[in-house]
This record gives sequence, C-alpha cells and structure tokens, in this order.
Amino acid sequence: MRVKTALLGVASLAFASQAMAQSTTRGEDGNLNILFWQAVSILNPYLSGGTKDVEASALVLEPLARYDENATLIPWLAEEIPSLENGGVAEDLTSITWTLKEGIVWADGSPVTANDVVFTWQYCTAEGMGCAQEGKFEGVTNVEAVDDRTVRITFGAPTPFPWVAFVGGQSPIIQAAQFADCLGAAAAQCTEANTKPIGTGPFQVTEFLPNDVISFEANPNYRDPAKPAFATVTFKGGGDAAAAARAVLETGEFDYGWNLLLAPDVLASMEAAGQGQIVSAFGTNVERIEVNLTNPSPDLPEGERSTVAHPHPFLTIPEVREALSLAIDRQTLVDVGYGETGRPTCNLVPAPEIYKSDDAECAAAYDPERAMQLLEQAGFTDTDGDGVRENADGLRLSMLYQTSTNRVRQDFQALIKEWWEEIGFEVELRNVDAAVYFGGDPASPDTIEKFYADVEMYANTFEGTDPTSYLAAYTCDKIPSPENNWQGQNMNRVCDPAYEEMLAQFQGTADQEERSRLAKALNSYLTIENHIIIGLVDRGRVSAHSNTLGGVRLNTWDAELWNIADWHRLDN
Amino acid sequence: MLTFTIRRLVLAIPTLLFIALVIFLLLDMAPGDPMADQPLTIPPEVREEMRRALGLDQPVYVRFGLWLYQFFVVEPLVVIDHLFGTAYSAGQARVISWQFKSPVMDIIVQRLPQTLWVVGSAYMLGVLIAIPIGIVSAVRQYSVFDQIGTFISMVGFSVPTFFTGVLLIVIFSVNLGWFPSIYDTQLRVTDWSSFGQQVRQMALPVFVLALFNAAQISRYMRASMLDNMTQDYVRTARAKGMDERTVVLRHVLRNSMIPVVTVIALGVPSVFGGAIITEQVFKVNGLGALLITAINANDLPMVQTLTFIFAVLIVLFNLVADVLYGILDPRIRYD
Repeated sequence: MRVKTALLGVASLAFASQAMAQSTTRGEDGNLNILFWQAVSILNPYLSGGTKDVEASALVLEPLARYDENATLIPWLAEEIPSLENGGVAEDLTSITWTLKEGIVWADGSPVTANDVVFTWQYCTAEGMGCAQEGKFEGVTNVEAVDDRTVRITFGAPTPFPWVAFVGGQSPIIQAAQFADCLGAAAAQCTEANTKPIGTGPFQVTEFLPNDVISFEANPNYRDPAKPAFATVTFKGGGDAAAAARAVLETGEFDYGWNLLLAPDVLASMEAAGQGQIVSAFGTNVERIEVNLTNPSPDLPEGERSTVAHPHPFLTIPEVREALSLAIDRQTLVDVGYGETGRPTCNLVPAPEIYKSDDAECAAAYDPERAMQLLEQAGFTDTDGDGVRENADGLRLSMLYQTSTNRVRQDFQALIKEWWEEIGFEVELRNVDAAVYFGGDPASPDTIEKFYADVEMYANTFEGTDPTSYLAAYTCDKIPSPENNWQGQNMNRVCDPAYEEMLAQFQGTADQEERSRLAKALNSYLTIENHIIIGLVDRGRVSAHSNTLGGVRLNTWDAELWNIADWHRLDN
Repeated sequence: MLTFTIRRLVLAIPTLLFIALVIFLLLDMAPGDPMADQPLTIPPEVREEMRRALGLDQPVYVRFGLWLYQFFVVEPLVVIDHLFGTAYSAGQARVISWQFKSPVMDIIVQRLPQTLWVVGSAYMLGVLIAIPIGIVSAVRQYSVFDQIGTFISMVGFSVPTFFTGVLLIVIFSVNLGWFPSIYDTQLRVTDWSSFGQQVRQMALPVFVLALFNAAQISRYMRASMLDNMTQDYVRTARAKGMDERTVVLRHVLRNSMIPVVTVIALGVPSVFGGAIITEQVFKVNGLGALLITAINANDLPMVQTLTFIFAVLIVLFNLVADVLYGILDPRIRYD
C-alpha cells in the first residue's frame, strides 16, 4: 500500500512538472543565447539564400506552411494544407488556393492579408531585384488575392507538386507596407526593412549589428499569447565551429550552437564536460563524387574542354565507373569524417523514405577484387608494370580528382586516391578554395560547373521534401557549356533521352505511388545502375544545446529554428 | 615644417588614388565570387540575376568610377547631413556592402568602438609595459631581469596569437571560468558592475595583444638605449658628476625615444586595422573580423573601402612620424 502511494506520488509529481513545463507564460524564461559561428548578415531570405541568414529570419518571418522534423507539411500561417481532396488544389493541377488563419497580425498590430502574400511574389519577381528565392516561384504565372484571407497561385502548366511557393523558411511572407518602396533595384537600399523586418513570428528585432549580433524580443502580437517562453534572444555570430561547440558544451555561455561540423572525437570529448548535448538529424545532404562524362583534357582547345563535343575516353565506360564505386569503403569514410552524424549511401536522393531507392547493398559493397575484374573486362590491364592500367590503344587510367579546400574533404581525397590506385588508377589530387569552386564565375577554370577534372567531390541537397527540380537537373539542356556561359546544374553532362522521358512522366503525374516509383528509378539510373554520381556519405545536421534548454526539435527539412516559439528553460 | 607638411599632404592625393586603383584591380582580378556562399540549391539563372543586381555586369572602369564618386562625394555628404541636419545626400546611392545590403560606412562606424577599445588599450598597455622594461634591460644589460625580459619578449614575439589566445581561453574560461570566452559587443558601460564586466571580457584579448606589442616595442627601446649609453655626451654627463638616475632618464632616455616614438606612431594604423586573428579567436567582431569575413564572402565594396581607409591611415601616420621626428630632434629640418 505504502509503495503504491509513493509511486502514485512520484507519478503525479512527474505529471505536474511536465504540465508546468508546458504551460508557459510569454517571456517568463528570460534570455536565450544562440551562437552561429557564421554570423548573420541580413534578415531577408529573398536577398540572401545563405543558410545562416534564412535561419535567423525564421525567428521573425513565417511562411504559409512548414515541414516538421518528420518531413510532414504542416500549416503555419495558413489554415490548412490545400490538397486535391479539400479542393485547395485545382483538379487540373494549374492552381492552388491558400487560406490564411483568422486574426493573424504583424508585430506592429496591423492585420496580415492576402495582399501581403501577393506583394511577396511581386517583390521577389520584380525586374532588377536579383531575388535569391526566384526558383520558388518558377512556373508561377499569377498570384492573386481572392479575398482578404484567400490567395490563389496560378501555374503556367499542370504542377503535380504545387506546395513550393510560400512554403518553408526560404520563402516567408513579408509585409507589403514595409517593403512597398523596395521593389526591384531599390531592394538593396532598404537597410531598415532588410535588417528589421516586421514579421508574424515569435520574435522581433530590437538591434541588428551585421555579422555580429542581433537582439530580439518577444513579439507582443504573436498569435499564441503564452509563447514564446523567452523574453529576449541574443543571436551572436562569429568565430569557428570549434569555438562555438566549446561555448555551448564546455563553458555553457550559450544555449544553442548551430552547425557544429567537427571531428567526431572532438565533439564527444566536449560533450563529456556535461554542460550540453549534441543533437543531429538526417536530411537530404549527400557528399558525392561526380563523374565527368566529357573529356576535360587540357590538350583540347579552350571552349571544347569538358563539353559534349568530346566524350570522356574511359569514364563513359560503365564498368570503369562501377569499379570506381566498388573500390570505395564508405563506412571508413564515415568513421573518419562524420562518426554518428553520417551514414554510408550510394543515393542521390537519400530521403524522404517514399523517394529513397534501396542502396544498402551498394553502400556496404567494398570489393576491390570485383572492381579489378571489371576493369579487366573493360580491357584495361597493366601491361608495362608501372601500376597503372591501360587498354590496347595505350589509354592510361589517369585521373584528376578535384574538390574544395576543407579538412574532411582532403582526408577523403587521400583515402579514395589510395583505394583507386590499388585497383590500377593513377590519381592526381587538387583542391580549390570554396569561394572559387562554388562561385560559378564563368571566367574561372576552377568552378564545379566548368569541371576541368575527371571527377569532383562536393555535397548538395534539395529544399523541402520534393526532389523534382533536383532530378530535373540531369537533362541535356542543363549541361554547362560555353554557349550558356557555363551555367547549369548537370555537372556530369548526362544526356540520355530515356532519362528525360522518365523525368517528363515524373513531372506530369500527381499519383503518389507512381511518383515514388519514378523518383526511385531516376535516382537509381544516375547512381546505383550507372554510377554517374557516386554517393559517399549521407550527412546529418549537427547542433548542440545546453542541458537547460527544452523544446529543441532539430529539423532538416526547414529552418533549424522553426519551432523556437516552443523552446523553454528546463529547471534543473 | 608647415610647408613640408602641406607639400606631403598634397603629394599624398595622387598616391592614394593610385593605391585605390591598385586595390580595386587586385580585388577585381582575384578569384572568387560573391555568390559562392549561396547554397547550390539556387538555380544558375537566379545566380546570374543576383550578380546583375550587384552591378557585376558593368565594366571595371564604370564600377571603379562609381566607387570613387560614392566614397569621395556621397559619403562626405552623408556626414555633413548627419552633422548639420541638411539633405544633400538624399537619393544618392551610398557604398553598399554586398553581404549586408547596407551602407559600408555605417557598419565601419558601428565596428570601430570595439576595435578601439580592445586593440587600442592593448597597444597603450603594450607601450606602457615595454618602455620601462626596455630601459631597465638596457641599464642592467645581461642581468637576470634582462635575461627574463629577453625570454618573455621572444615568447611574445614568436608564439602566434591564435595559439596564446586559445590557450588562455582553455585555461581561464573553460577550466577556471574566470573570464568569458566570447566578447559581448552590446555591453554598455553604465555603472561599476557593467564596467567590471567590460574589464573582464577585455582582459584576455588585451593580454594576448599587449604581450605581442610589448615584446616588439621593448626590443626597440632596449636597442636604442644601448646605442645611446655608449655615446660621448653620456660620458660627459657622468664626468660632470651627475647621478646615474639623471643621466639615464634625462639624457639617454630622451635621445633614445626618438626612433621608438617613430615606431609607435607607425604602429597606430594597425590599431584601426584591428587584430584579425585575435578578434576572430575572442569573437570581438571589430574591424579586423569585418575585413576577414568580407574577404571570405568576396564582398568587394567592403574590402575596397576598408583597405583604402587603412591605406589613408598608413600614409597619414607616416607623415605624423616624420613630423614628430623633426619636433623631437632639432637637428632634423625638412625645409
């Protein structure tokens, strides 16, 4: 009897404390300290697509709908998610109608209307604006206010996945009144609006020091009167990932540290200090090796290197590409570079589950013997005994392997070079400063688009949960070439009518099962079947928070700080 | 002396214009692109559009001309407007940073206080420590004090600040918890407790920088003192029966200060330049940190403006050093 009462007591105590944690009052938990080692430059995702800037904007600006941590679309400023069933999406897939929640107001007290949504579209698509999120409005021909709370987006063609514009942290709604004079080229001159946007989010900016620190206070007009639990937020930037991890995990000066990509053992030893904990989650970010199907040889005249006019002498042979993939021990790469926060993959689309091809066999396969067999089959043997295979025409398997300058990438390069040389390749390594490599400057010979190398390594991802535009990059017309000033995302120069036919089917169907099947087929074509893209590591997002901070749900599908309104202080 | 100063100032104008041009061309030719920190998910057409919005499609001479106009005409007008409440600069485009989409000069003005507080006080502290050490080391050459002084200045000189900085953080912030490892730029000194907080957060970066500065200046001071100690006028002074204190402090020190003052004056522009590494380590976010992040982000207007301002300061303090030389040493005359 006594034991039972005691247990009941404990249970009710536990229940009470849980209830207490949930029933917060706005501002009761004081100040929240967030540290971003890449400092925030601007609070307008339309002017900067940089992750850090999009993250910080999420405290103030909000979209119509967001993805939660399970990649489920949830209504945010909208009442519900429009669908074919509830009539929000037109039968012919050419329009989508969103309805705003009742009674939502901006931080200055004025009501949010459909006109603000329409204005946001006009703002981003204005001539001379250079809007970073213009891709979100691709295919949108019109956005109109049906009434004060209803807005209709019309597409030029049937769009089976219409939940892109105004969805996610990258395309939030901005206030028409505040940005009215900032259309087009004037956008960059609106310093006040770009650094202190009026939003609907849980916080509003009180002071903005670019690339240094931002002070926020709770938005007095936030729609949930009990939230946010924190009265103020100090959003500090600067330093490096190691220092940020130290400040959260070891000294406890900060409550939340973002993007702590550090060696697994370094993070573990810091976490042992007991001030905070590491959180990680997987999204769609894949570290991969891209194979060049065209010839990058410097002997070719400028303007013809790495163009479809000259197919690659040996990387166009499927056996050679498969051998490259088989010779890589992905688990070792994960252990060296990422630890718990990475996992081996062969896929280009590693998530969400409905679009993920089964790559378990490929990701685990490390088989140099089989790789060498394949090379023999393709006619490559080491006849002159120099350790490098050549074929009957005297073509040597000699490659240039480039990537950006980064500690983990250089480790990967060294390991992979060793594995490839074991099976009879000759590999030369090159690393390029990230600012140049990813800069896309058509005048530079070192960009990922120009691809003046045989293979190159980097990581890429797609926004949200829909891989349509990601998979649509591998078409003939998206090949970077001198004609299009080296712009295009088809780095590998894949050009196959069969692929494009499958892609067209995928883009045209709204049936979820069919979409899932086609997405997997497209992914497998590029990766597991043909090894044009050699997936290496599925990279997770790593952050850390203090042990006294509750409510963190790390989200890789949207802004990481998406649910900051629910964050609260835990009593220890 | 006045005509000399005026002549030098006039001569400085073409020099500075030439420097501005060289910086601009260097930055323009340097590899790297302001779009590099934008995620790969942004389609190439959109990137191209963003580049155009930054004015990158204009030829080099147009962009340089525009910068010159904005820097020498628009920005001074903004200062005048600010001081006198006029509106000369209304509607004129200012030098806009590519990262922040806000005026470069506003950000520099915002960052200046941190840098002056931390790097400036470190410089002053360094000088105040260095001069007595230099004097004593020279007077008691090869004594224990001199040996220790030499050792410490060697350490200060040769151990890089990114090492001493992190070492001090690990000892005093992580293990002992005495000082914060992150500088709070929003702290306003209003009372004794906030003043104490300011002193605590400045302690580590100032110590690191002061050690480095003191090491350098104390060596100059010692060498200069030693040079003078063997001069004839010192022997004369001693022969006249002056006590050692007067000889050292009134005669030797005054003469020895001449080269040291020059060195100190030439070092002042580096205070404004901030201490790039130390600012980064302690997250002071002053001008040094501003410059390095701007370089990383390929924010050309910011890098151009900052480096040009540093060039102006260097030219200016070179002139100050020359003038000081003339004032301290009556034998030197420029006219």
